[in-house]
Amino acid sequence: MDKFKMIARLALIGAAFVSTQAFAAGGASLEHANIDPNNVPSLQRGAANFMNYCSGCHSAKYVRYSTIGKYLELSDEQLIENLMFNAEKTFETINAAMPAADAERWFGSAPPDLSLMARAKGADYIYSFLKGFYVEEGSPTGVNNTVLSGTSMPHVLWKLQGFQVAHFEERIETDADGNEIVSQVFKEFEQVTPGSMSPEEYEGFVRDTTNFLAHIAEPMRSDRQKLGVWVMIYLVILLILAIALKKEIWRDVK
Amino acid sequence: MAKIESEVGKPKGGLMQWIDDRFPFTKTMEHHVTKYYAAKNFNWWYVFGVLAFIVLFIQLFTGIFLTMNYKPSATEAFASVEYIMRDVEWGWLIRYMHSTGASFFFVVVYLHMFRAMLYGSYKKPRELIWLIGMLIFFVLMAEAFAGYLLPWGQMSYWGAQVIISLFGAIPVIGDGLVEFIRGDYSISDITLNRFFALHVILLPLVLIGLVFVHIVALHEVGSNNPDGIEIKKNKGPDGVPLDGVPFHPHHTSKDLIGIAVFLMVFFAVVFFAPEMGGYFLEHANFEPANISATPEHIAPVWYFTPFYAILRAVPDKLLGFILFGLSVILPVFLPWLDRARVRSIRYRGWMYKSALTIFVITFLGLGWLGTMPADGIYVLLARILSVVYFLFFLLMPYYTSIDKTKPLPDRVVYHG
Repeated sequence: MDKFKMIARLALIGAAFVSTQAFAAGGASLEHANIDPNNVPSLQRGAANFMNYCSGCHSAKYVRYSTIGKYLELSDEQLIENLMFNAEKTFETINAAMPAADAERWFGSAPPDLSLMARAKGADYIYSFLKGFYVEEGSPTGVNNTVLSGTSMPHVLWKLQGFQVAHFEERIETDADGNEIVSQVFKEFEQVTPGSMSPEEYEGFVRDTTNFLAHIAEPMRSDRQKLGVWVMIYLVILLILAIALKKEIWRDVK
Repeated sequence: MAKIESEVGKPKGGLMQWIDDRFPFTKTMEHHVTKYYAAKNFNWWYVFGVLAFIVLFIQLFTGIFLTMNYKPSATEAFASVEYIMRDVEWGWLIRYMHSTGASFFFVVVYLHMFRAMLYGSYKKPRELIWLIGMLIFFVLMAEAFAGYLLPWGQMSYWGAQVIISLFGAIPVIGDGLVEFIRGDYSISDITLNRFFALHVILLPLVLIGLVFVHIVALHEVGSNNPDGIEIKKNKGPDGVPLDGVPFHPHHTSKDLIGIAVFLMVFFAVVFFAPEMGGYFLEHANFEPANISATPEHIAPVWYFTPFYAILRAVPDKLLGFILFGLSVILPVFLPWLDRARVRSIRYRGWMYKSALTIFVITFLGLGWLGTMPADGIYVLLARILSVVYFLFFLLMPYYTSIDKTKPLPDRVVYHG
């Protein structure tokens, strides 16, 4: 009987854990990027987007053009013609066109290197960030961002997306001590100036770019998964042989 | 069985005899491998010692290759890790094996320690094996801590900052001690260099030495078993324990199954989930160390979080540090805290069984809480579980001595 009581108590503790976790996750939510790392055309479009719109300010200093070519099925000629605006040899890494010192002077902080951004922040973060710019009067860049409030990055994709405003609603929560905490919670965007792309086209543009950033964060990802399958097959065979060997050796043990 | 012994034991002539006259090769092999008898009723809990040895080997092997390409310098460390990941042939595999190996070392060692708690392996006459094992655990913690600084990511930097500054809580010598550990006024290139030296030379050397002593001590008294009875009490006319089988080939062949299963799990993580959802490779560690920006939420790697949760549960800095240290050290005293007449959980009463169950849940709960932010309900839970953690050890002399035990069998239980 005591055992059952104990189990019941443990279950209660367990339930407490689960409910607190749900509570913790109730903050700002990111949109799901829904990228497909095996979609090569999407990665190629993303690479073009990156070189055209990002690499002016952002470096990807651990990423070589040749590595991009290898995984995105692009020849050296294609790389040179379409992607390498700022480099001569394909083994070079992606450097920003803008000098970092100037960037810091102009924007307050140098634009971060994007080689590992997807692993540091997650693809959903990048996707939501690129969709999250909204007009804010009085900010130095004229915009703010729902994902990274107060970002010093201007809305460089405004020509494509146009401008949107964000609507917020007040949320009143009561903390453990009974104090009321009023916070502004993002509700929805409203398009105020149309861009050259429809909202759906822009979503695709951002998704491709996010896909590319996720790819360069770990270019060997597909390699490791492919190799992993073979290693697993090998280990299954090893396991079968090991079981047979053990049975044989232990046959006489009574 | 008898056939295998006679083949090894016979004096040979030739090269083997030449060596044996000068070095106790055959004698050592027999003592530790071919004539080391361990109980035939080992279950799968007994595989984790060998697995810890395998992980140690993986770490040493991959570590050597990482050292060939890694640069222990604050300006180059982070980039050199990415160089290993992207440009070094098979570098990503070596690095993922090493990072995954670090976490699996603790998985395996925690389970190895839990096995000892299940079957009373630390009880007389194996106290010294347990003490050496605890030393190994402490050195392993230091080794992992030093190694975690080396990638020089945000979490490397700030995690080390938090843990090292803990020593500042010690009265009088605290601040000087912190400076002594860092070798600087903050964590810097100097700290990175000395942690590199500790991680690749001193601590592995100590670790290997302690593992050697751990095994020598084990082979002196012989392994425990799931029934917790001495197999040496029942010997055949040839002096071999009736319930024992030689380590090789019997236990080695059985261990091979365990090794294969372990490698499947290990490489599943290496190849399909090397970040393990941010627990093995933390997301913030993909950003280079930045002295002027603290990550949103600093948490040590998962294997330190149970103790970290205890540290944070205490409002006072010094008391928190003391209880943190105590929580790590307390298991050392298990051989003397445990007063039960039997070793194995199979013959113990409901009290120890319940206590151990609660302890496991507490330890996992604290581990989880250590990864969460320290506010609201989490602090309360961490305080409750911290008290439970200490009560498990402090009340042990009481509940293990009054716990009703079952009679022990004469021979081990073995079903073929």
